[in-house]
Amino acid sequence: MWHRILALIIKELWTNARDPKTRWVVLFSPPFLLLIYAFAITQDVSNVPIAIYNQDMGVESREFIGRLEGSSTFSKIEYLQSSAEIISTIESKSAAMVIQFGPDFSRKLGAGDDVNIQIILDGRRSNTAQILIGYVSQILESYNRERLAERGFSAPTKIVSRIWFNPNLKPIWSAVPSLFAVMTAIVGFMISALTIAREREMGTFEQLLVSPLKPLEILIGKTAPALLIAITSATAMLVLGTLVLDVPVRGSLALLYLSMIIYLASIIGIGLFISSLAATQQQAIVGLFVYMVPAVLISGYATPVENMPDFLQWVAETNPIRHFIVICKGVFLKDAPLSVVFQHSWPMALIAVVTLSSGAWLFRRRVS
Amino acid sequence: MKHDTALVTISGVSKLFENANILAISDLTSQIRPGRVTGLVGPDGAGKTTLLRLISGLLRPSEGKLEVCGFDPVKEPNSVHEVVAYMPQRFGLYDDLTVFENLNLYADLRSVTGPQRAATFERLLEFTGLKPFTKRLAGALSGGMKQKLGIACALIETPRLLLLDEPSVGVDPLSRRELWQMVYELVDQGIGVIWSTAYLDEAERCASVMLLNEGKLIYDGPPDALTDRVQGRAFLLSNIEGDRRSVLARTLEKTAILDGVIQGRNIRIVTAKGAITPLPSDLLAGEAAIMASTPPRFEDAFMDLMGGGQKQPSPFLKLQSTNAHQNEIAVEAMGLTRRFGDFTATDNISFEVKRGEIYGLIGPNGAGKSTTFKMLCGLLKPSEGFARVAGMDLQKAPSKARARLGYMAQKFSLYGDLSVSQNMDFFAGIYGLIGKKRREAIETLVSTFGLASYLETNAIMLPLGYKQRLALACAVLHEPDVLFLDEPTSGVDPLTRREFWSHINAMVGNGVTVVVTTHFLEEAEYCDRMALIYRGRMIAAGAPDELKASARSEDIPEPTLEDAFIALVEKDDRQREQT
Repeated sequence: MWHRILALIIKELWTNARDPKTRWVVLFSPPFLLLIYAFAITQDVSNVPIAIYNQDMGVESREFIGRLEGSSTFSKIEYLQSSAEIISTIESKSAAMVIQFGPDFSRKLGAGDDVNIQIILDGRRSNTAQILIGYVSQILESYNRERLAERGFSAPTKIVSRIWFNPNLKPIWSAVPSLFAVMTAIVGFMISALTIAREREMGTFEQLLVSPLKPLEILIGKTAPALLIAITSATAMLVLGTLVLDVPVRGSLALLYLSMIIYLASIIGIGLFISSLAATQQQAIVGLFVYMVPAVLISGYATPVENMPDFLQWVAETNPIRHFIVICKGVFLKDAPLSVVFQHSWPMALIAVVTLSSGAWLFRRRVS
Repeated sequence: MKHDTALVTISGVSKLFENANILAISDLTSQIRPGRVTGLVGPDGAGKTTLLRLISGLLRPSEGKLEVCGFDPVKEPNSVHEVVAYMPQRFGLYDDLTVFENLNLYADLRSVTGPQRAATFERLLEFTGLKPFTKRLAGALSGGMKQKLGIACALIETPRLLLLDEPSVGVDPLSRRELWQMVYELVDQGIGVIWSTAYLDEAERCASVMLLNEGKLIYDGPPDALTDRVQGRAFLLSNIEGDRRSVLARTLEKTAILDGVIQGRNIRIVTAKGAITPLPSDLLAGEAAIMASTPPRFEDAFMDLMGGGQKQPSPFLKLQSTNAHQNEIAVEAMGLTRRFGDFTATDNISFEVKRGEIYGLIGPNGAGKSTTFKMLCGLLKPSEGFARVAGMDLQKAPSKARARLGYMAQKFSLYGDLSVSQNMDFFAGIYGLIGKKRREAIETLVSTFGLASYLETNAIMLPLGYKQRLALACAVLHEPDVLFLDEPTSGVDPLTRREFWSHINAMVGNGVTVVVTTHFLEEAEYCDRMALIYRGRMIAAGAPDELKASARSEDIPEPTLEDAFIALVEKDDRQREQT
């Protein structure tokens, strides 16, 4: 039995290695994409242009603006001359935020009255807008505190924040672990979803089915090479992430790899299942995308699963990507304990068992 | 047949596919005339489709010039499309539309509207005999009816030139005969027809033949003129004593013999030019053997043109034979029935194949022969009945039973990206051959098939003949008791086909049992016995000569297998109508 499986594994590795296109797609493009995505899809807000419409002539507004100019968050500060310009500035996206100081800003402050400043934000970029509000509030708060201190008062309360796991809030640190999970899934999907459809298209699958190979042996012979290739690719991404992107791995590598094997088994199970249903490679690719796009969307990769409606959260439980993202974030950024890894590993193992066995069952059934 | 001006003039045309570096057409010059059928004859990969696509303006020639009905297909493709109708190999039909919707679609595309459309449909449906089936989905039509619908769609606007790309592939002999009648009617109206085919016997039905081989035009003219080359050199050796397959192998070694094939119980021989006709006793065919002259065929002439088939006996002849259990049953089908929904693909099919026999499953596409075949080798579960291979039930001990069978799929299912040796290693591996046994099995077959110089070549890059050898080698590495062959040589040139069957014949001599499907009746002649499967049922079974004899009548004193096939199918149709 093992000789037959070994023959199948060697064949599978050769076919992937000898086809230049597969070689590129499977081994080289994922680390490459990891680099691109890590830089492109950061959710951090920096280098945004803003605009200021200052009707006030006094010193107070000037000082406040000085603080804004000192921040590295804003790449460029444009000064507007009329309120009409505000509309066009926001509409044309030449600034993400306009800060307006009224004509009596300095006077009122000097008189000790309450005074407002207006900020106008671009709701089309809601995420950026929220973060900008935060920045401006921080600047305003420290400004207020210092003004109070100058007059001998101290602020009643102040916030002292300490950010764990990613103290400098480096966006790449939070992006890479989830990207790593998603990219690993893509590799596993691509190899497994094409493998049976390709053989069926070439007519070699029937050759396998008339050989003494049993469905279980075909299953192992198809799963093991895909697992090996995907782990190789994942290792390349891991090395790139830690060495080039400086993302820490604080947890146990052994736990990461162990859970990754379970994760990939479930991914490959889904891929083989899709592949068994498809008659051609084209159908397999279409089927894969129909599954993969929503799976990534509800994985917690882009938006937190906790924010989704209840039924979607339940659906997300059947999604291996969702579980492995939690494990990855845990192992990369903190030393996640075994209990957390286990809590998210057993659902993946269950998915793997279900999809792999139904894939094996389909091998035999879907012979036209 | 008059001396009209040529419909198509081809001058020095070559077509090089640069990506694959294949010279599909090499310096071809010819003319095609109206009012007759020009046969474009040659094996797969000869360049037939490329030439048709060049004529219809779908491809540009790399060199040379074409003129089609006075137009240049490169510069004036639209003018060419107006007068030329092209029916590609895969019908160009939409399977999910009905017959009528397909016709409507093509009429829309050709802007045939109003009362003219109704009249055209009426005429075409009458002509093709598709009138009762207008509401049927095109995908549910038989192979023959699909071709007829394809022709009807191509004829929506009466063309001056009709290009048919392999219209007879997968069509039963009866429908094939009807297709030819349709085409003859068109020709009588003055339309020029080009009929491309890999079946050499169809050349004899054409007024003129362009014979292509590897992109080169090797003969251009009326078929009779070529057949005349071998006049008086074709013989039928009958009443053979002993094993006709080994007689054939010995016969082919003689220099006086150019070509020989099995034909039922007999052997058909073509002698070399100028050679003295050998006596039956020279061929060790036995005292009673009779050698009689027989009319030559186009294929004989083709073989003569190519300088004859392979002369060396198959290396398998040298292998040890174990003929101990001649009467053992190797394959057994018992009441095999398979239903797909409410459609019965095969209905209660039973037969037995003895060890060392070649058994054929013959029938048109969609008749149920592939379904039967798949149940026999365990690819499909029967709804009722069972199949046994080497005494084992394929459903009860699938893995064990499958280890005893070898399988060669249509179109040589090899791993194209793997080298020859990797392919062999893989197939040896999945059949559980290890260590010394594996090395020896591979070495033997590599030397047997002369694959040594190709060991590192990717399977996809192999020449057709070698691909076939490799596929066969992979199927017999584990020395199976039963060999299943699915349409093994359809579309293959006659030389490669002869070589293939010489190996099969030799293996059968060693006690291997062969089950083969084919819709190619020439190939059926190699079988010891066969089952004719039509519309899901086994309508006849027996040796080729018995089937032929059953069709003997006053009109046809010497029926061919095709005549027999048609007679049996017609009889079955009549019987089913009555019940």
